[in-house]
Order: sequence, then C-alpha cells, then structure tokens
Amino acid sequence: MLEINKLSVKYDNIRVLHYISMQIRKGEMVALIGANGAGKTTVLRTISGLLKAESGEILFEGKDITKMSSHNIVASGIIHVPEGRQIFTKMTIEENLKLGAYLQRDRSVIKRNFEKVFSLFPILKQRLHQQAGTLSGGEQQMLAIGRALLGNPKLLLLDEPSMGLSPIMTQQVFSVLESLKKEGITMLLVEQNAYEALEISDRAYILETGNITLEGRSSGLIQDPNVKKAYLGGD
Amino acid sequence: MRLRDSNLFRFIIFVLIPLIVIIICGFSSGSYYAGLVNLFGINVILVASLNLVNGFSGMFSMGHAAFMAIGAYAAAILTLPANQKLISMPGLPEWLIYMRLPYPVALIIGGILAAFVALLIGFPVLRFKGHYLSVATIGLIVIVRAVLDNEDELTNGARGVTGLPNYASTWTIFGAAVICLFILYRLIRSSYGRGLTAMRDDYVAAQTIGINLTTKKISAFCISAFMAGVAGGLWGHMQSVISGKFFYIDASFKIVETSIIGGMSSLSGAVVGSLLMTFIPELLAPLETGIEVFGIRLPELYGASNLIMAALLIVIIIFRRQGIMGYSEIITESLFSAKTYSSVLKKSEYKKLCDIVAHKIKELSSRVKSKGA
Repeated sequence: MLEINKLSVKYDNIRVLHYISMQIRKGEMVALIGANGAGKTTVLRTISGLLKAESGEILFEGKDITKMSSHNIVASGIIHVPEGRQIFTKMTIEENLKLGAYLQRDRSVIKRNFEKVFSLFPILKQRLHQQAGTLSGGEQQMLAIGRALLGNPKLLLLDEPSMGLSPIMTQQVFSVLESLKKEGITMLLVEQNAYEALEISDRAYILETGNITLEGRSSGLIQDPNVKKAYLGGD
Repeated sequence: MRLRDSNLFRFIIFVLIPLIVIIICGFSSGSYYAGLVNLFGINVILVASLNLVNGFSGMFSMGHAAFMAIGAYAAAILTLPANQKLISMPGLPEWLIYMRLPYPVALIIGGILAAFVALLIGFPVLRFKGHYLSVATIGLIVIVRAVLDNEDELTNGARGVTGLPNYASTWTIFGAAVICLFILYRLIRSSYGRGLTAMRDDYVAAQTIGINLTTKKISAFCISAFMAGVAGGLWGHMQSVISGKFFYIDASFKIVETSIIGGMSSLSGAVVGSLLMTFIPELLAPLETGIEVFGIRLPELYGASNLIMAALLIVIIIFRRQGIMGYSEIITESLFSAKTYSSVLKKSEYKKLCDIVAHKIKELSSRVKSKGA
C-alpha cells in the first residue's frame, strides 16, 4: 500500500534520513521504533507532505506522492495524527471533528464516520459542545485520533500517541488502536514506548540516527536480544 | 436570566435603535452628525473585512488604506462626467474618459481591482510563514501613494480628484455594510471559515486535515481587499475629495487600531470598535480648542484626542488583549438570526423582558437598601 524507496530528508544542510526504505501492506499495522532524534517524526512528516524529500520516492497505492502537497496527500487517504495532540483547543469538540471531515463531501460517509468515532470514544459524544482545551491529555489524544478517522483514512500515521499520558491512559489509547486494527485500518505507528508498540503491531522497523537498522515481525523483534537491550530495558 | 438572552432585548438594542438612528441620518443628510454616522458605517466595512485576515486567519495585514485608495480612485474614474475627467485626468485612455457606470457597479469594479492587487502581492508573500505580509502591505501603501502622487496625467497628482458626486448616501453605506457583515458572518460559519480558524490556531494540524494553506490565505486576503476597495469607493464619494494623502500609513494604522480595540477575532468587535473610534475622537475634539470645565478654562490641548486614543489602545492591549468583544459574536448573531425578528410578534417575549427588567430593578433597589442600612 505504501512503499518508501531510498528516502532521504535534509533539514537545511544536515541529512536526518539516510536513504531509508519501508513497505506497509494493506491492513497491516507497522511500528517505527527508535530513540529521540532518530528521525521517526521526520519520516511521518515527509510521508504526509509537511516536509519535502531530498531524494527517493514515496509510492501510495502505486502512485508517486513524493512531490504532492499536503492537502492532496490527505485527499488521497493518508491522514497524519501529529505529535503532541495538536487539536484546536479553542474550538468545541464537534468543530474539531467536523474539521477532520474537511475534505469529505459525501454527507452519508461523514455521518457514518461520526458514528464510528462516537462508538470508539463515547466520551467525545458526551462532551460534544465543550471546548477541546478542557479535555484531559488522554481525551485530547482520543479527539486527535477521532478527528483523523473522520478524514476517512486508508492509511493512518500516528505520531507518539502515548506521549505524555499516564500509564492507564496509555493502555486506553493502545486498546483503541487495537480495535482500529481489527477494523482493518492500515497504520504506521511511531512510538518510543517500544514494548507496547511491538506487542500490538504486526511488523516493525527500528530507526537509529536516520538509518533503518533492523526490521521484521514484531513478535520476533520483541525476542531479539539487541532490541531487548536497546529499547525494552531487558538484560 | 440575563438581559442579553432575551431576543426582544437584542432586537431593540441591535436592530431597532440602530435602524432609527440610520433613518434619521438618512433624512438629514448633510448634517455633521449624519456624516459621522456614515463614516461609522464605512469603518464597519473596513474593520470587519480586516478582521477576516488579521483575526480569523491569523495573518497580519496593514494594507487596507492601499486597497481603499484603489477602490476610491476606480469608483471616481468610473462615475465622474467626461468633461471633469478631461480636465483633471487627461492621461486616461479615451474609452475610460467617456465611460460612466452606475455607482454600485463602479463600487464593485473598484473592489475587484483591489482584490486583484491583493492577489498580485499576496501570491508571492503568503506562501511564506510569519509576518512577511505586514511588511509587504506597508510597502504596498507606499507604492500606491507614490503612484497616486506622481502619475499626474492619470490621477491629477497630489492635488487629488475633487468634485465627486455625492452618491454615498446613508442608505448605500449601511446597505453595503450590512451586506458585507452578512457575507463575512456566513463565511466564518461555513466550513471555509472553520478552515481559516483552524489554520490560525495550528497550521500543522490544519495541514494534516487537508487544508491548503496557500489558497486559504490568498482567498481570505482577496475577499478582505475587495471589501476594503468597496469601502474606499464609498468613502471617496462621501468626502467628494480624494487624494493620496488620505490613504497613507496613518489611515491604515487607524483601521488596525480599531480592529484591535474592538476585538480582531469578532465581527461584532468591528462594530463596537468602529463605534468607539468614530465617535470618541469627535467627543474629545473640543479639548483641542480649549473648553471650560466647572468654570476653569482649560488651555488648548493640541493633539489631546490622538493622545487619549493611543492611551486607550495601550490599556486595551494590557488588560484585554483579545479586544473588547473578544470572541463573542452577539451583535452579528442577533442581526442575522430569524429569532430576533420573530420575537417582536410573540407576546411571551414581551412578558419575559418585563420580568427580567422587573427582577433587575428589584435586585438594584434591595442592594441600595442594604447599603443604606
């Protein structure tokens, strides 16, 4: 579904991604794991068109999207849930969700997606007319994911959904991701919380200072001694 | 129960009283106060349209005076009789000299020209983030002034164009103001407007939901410039004299100041701001020529009204940065909601208003009594 070939990205003169290649198949949940500053967020931002690639190509459903602008990429079905719960805090929850459906014209699709979001996150339905800034951190993350779902995504890019959340909230967010996976939504999950991410995903890539050093089935990587040592705090 | 929740109260304050004032002014055209009210109407258009850019989309334009100038000159050229144009603007092409259009059409063409200029400068500038727009629009004001002052053959230079027919009646001005407010109000409530505020609040998140920032910014800037152009055309025909010096940085700054005082992110703020900024300087004007207060003769305080307005701006910025109206839309909401108008016909609304007023009076009198005891 998504194919990244030899992608490199520069910030000014510093190359932060060194010719990485990745594939995501339809219905799969792929995790991208790495330490701070490894370039995980850069990968997502380049896919969604917020950053421009230096070289390499990104193919989505066989179509080259490397040079497309971000709104066209959203229209083609890739939706990015940005890092740090970037919701519109001054707007109500309903307005936030409606904005998620900004490019959708078909009212029946919007209505169906709204219902889907409400069944996943009943809390959002209860607080529909409340200002989004009044939600707790976890609820804001739910809203950010809900907003992305209203864009009718074929591929969901999730940037650190557990960042800054309490352990209980983190569990809740991951259980939501699990139910999205059951619904067959393809996802690319960027996480520092390596253990949880490997538990939930099908496959994973490990990114170290802009290079992919390891890839494979998550169930295998979770047993890998190197991964254990570097990311899972095991011995 | 608060007074402002009563639809009938809203009708009286925001529809009935303004309507009466406008009707009185409409029939006493030429009087000093009618002129002030007309100026207020034009300011509403200018400030509300500036708020679309500065308040709702998070850009910062200072260029409204330039767009006004374009609209004013275009409307003047399109409505003046040929013999006048032959004397003051002989450099115009022949078809323009003999062209005379109805005033509303001239206004709209002036607006379109202003929007076109906005497109020309907006396209290179708005693709960047940050305050490039403010700088570019100040530059635009200087350029427009230079062209108006130096293209003697086309604009009559610094002498300006005089003798504009007095087409800008109270009815035209307030008709235009209500139409502009209505368009802006609907625009802001639409998905287009939600996209604008999303862009203002968080441009990364706005991009991830598929908003095209460049077209959003440019289109909002052009709509705003269009309305400024129309307001310029109204202003010129109200004053009957236009020249470059009326459309310079100080004029633009005054519009920005009004917008900040009223509240940049509110159309109602544009109305309140214009009300204050149109009438307070006039109330303060006697200070400049010296007045007597309680038998003491104050000296002539030249520039006092400017000073006080500047202090007001500073006070607002310190204590209420979002402006007087903040994010509230009570005026436009009341003006364009059917509920406000239907309340006139409902008996229950009258009863409700009476109850609220009676309650308020009771509350007040009990407070006075308790103080006395």
